[in-house]
Amino acid sequence: MIDLSLVSDGGIGWLDASGPESHLVLSTRVRLARNLTGRPFPVRSVEPDREQVLGAIRSAASEIPSMAHAHCIRLHELPRLDRQLLHERHLVSKELAAPESDVPPRSGTAVLLQDGLGLMVNEEDHLRLQALTSGLSLESAWGLVGKLDSELGQRLAFAFHAEFGYLTSCPTNVGTGLRASILIHLPGLVLTKEINKVLQSLVQVGLTFRGLYGEGSEVVGNFFQLSNQTTLGKSEVELLDHLAKIVRQVVGYEERAREVLLRDAPGVIEDKVWRAYGLLRYARTLSFEEAMNLLSGIRLGVGLGLIPEVGMYTLNKLLIFTQPAHLSATAGDEVAEEDLPVHRADYVRAVLEEEAGRSSRET
Amino acid sequence: MKCEHCGDREAVIHLTQVVEGEARTVGLCEECAAEKGIQTPSAVAESPLGGFLAALWKGAEPAVEGLVTTGRCPGCGATFADFRETGRLGCAECWLTFEAPLRVLLRRYHGSTSHLGRRETGAGTVPDRPAEELARELREQLRLAVESENFELAAELRDRLKELA
Repeated sequence: MIDLSLVSDGGIGWLDASGPESHLVLSTRVRLARNLTGRPFPVRSVEPDREQVLGAIRSAASEIPSMAHAHCIRLHELPRLDRQLLHERHLVSKELAAPESDVPPRSGTAVLLQDGLGLMVNEEDHLRLQALTSGLSLESAWGLVGKLDSELGQRLAFAFHAEFGYLTSCPTNVGTGLRASILIHLPGLVLTKEINKVLQSLVQVGLTFRGLYGEGSEVVGNFFQLSNQTTLGKSEVELLDHLAKIVRQVVGYEERAREVLLRDAPGVIEDKVWRAYGLLRYARTLSFEEAMNLLSGIRLGVGLGLIPEVGMYTLNKLLIFTQPAHLSATAGDEVAEEDLPVHRADYVRAVLEEEAGRSSRET
Repeated sequence: MKCEHCGDREAVIHLTQVVEGEARTVGLCEECAAEKGIQTPSAVAESPLGGFLAALWKGAEPAVEGLVTTGRCPGCGATFADFRETGRLGCAECWLTFEAPLRVLLRRYHGSTSHLGRRETGAGTVPDRPAEELARELREQLRLAVESENFELAAELRDRLKELA
């Protein structure tokens, strides 16, 4: 299988829960869509076009310090499970990774990874620049990706129109090409049944929400991705400030909902989070969805200070490593679908046992 | 409340639409909403943006119909029908080739057609087509916009022509 230890921090530095508001906000992602002039967009490209685009991007990236040591992964050379692993790590989009298909992606598709920065090549656009950071950290993610954009822009000719801005394959991305997403955990709003109201009001202020894996993914484990809907007519900074402002409000709502839960039904909440812990600690089979929902329960318990012995880093890690391709990677070979629930439960038990041992040694 | 589309199932999605300046709320069941490409919280459609685009086009069709050229993009050979089918433009030049209908779409989706923010100053800027050729086409689009009573777009195209002159 693919060796992601070649990528600095395995591409999952954001799991360390070091960023602001990381008790609620798991990660911040900022991406920019760019295309090179004089080449058809990937939708109408043929192999030589894509190879030339990849060649030009690799050559430009090699001259930039923040990308000079990037690990370049060509996706069409990877077996399905490896592509799925990259997708589960949020390093490659579903569209590019085709995690469920045995037919490899087209030639010329690739991802370059270094230190929390990624360049997806020949996805929907020639280039998607992305920064992934811990917690609510729009400014630092934008700082990283903005710098990368400037540096690449000095070496590559990006397709740009005086009125429409950066030209993209899909008109929903044109202009700034910027999409910023916040991955946030909102169990309090779900339990108090306030969530629909909040989500609806997000749509009214020009934001959109999705599940854990972005476009087309379902909401599981009370995790939501909040992002800007439009990319044209507002500057990057305006788009980011607006998103930050709204996310801070949502954080406030979630905190208030948690206070209400603790005040009105402390016994119910305490029972709920400890049951989640108990099940994860001792269950012998776990489906993906069940694991996500129980992890959501523990996360709430940790956030409320009810479950002291589990760290946010461990919970973040469990979210990623209990997914199918990661369980296969841990096992060293592809785990058959019917065996995944047993592998998942084994993995979670081992991690939580170790964590409990560590915390009892510390106390 | 029953779904206004099928009249059978319970309406679960309440959509406020603005038609000719008047706000109107439509109640739809999940199935009919999905059919119309409306993103529902529980379903979060396969490709929400694709669905959104499809829904957008449905509403935009009368405004766009008259403007759609049957020609091919000189850059990549794509037709406007290709874009409708995939929701993706084939190259940077498609943006110039299909400028008028794209304007309608941009205004509907982003509420704007003018980029603010970072700018490309170097070699990347896509040159407009020769002014004369562009003006000829814009005049034709303006005529079509007026014919289809799309006055908002007509005003914009008129301004664009002024800029060129």
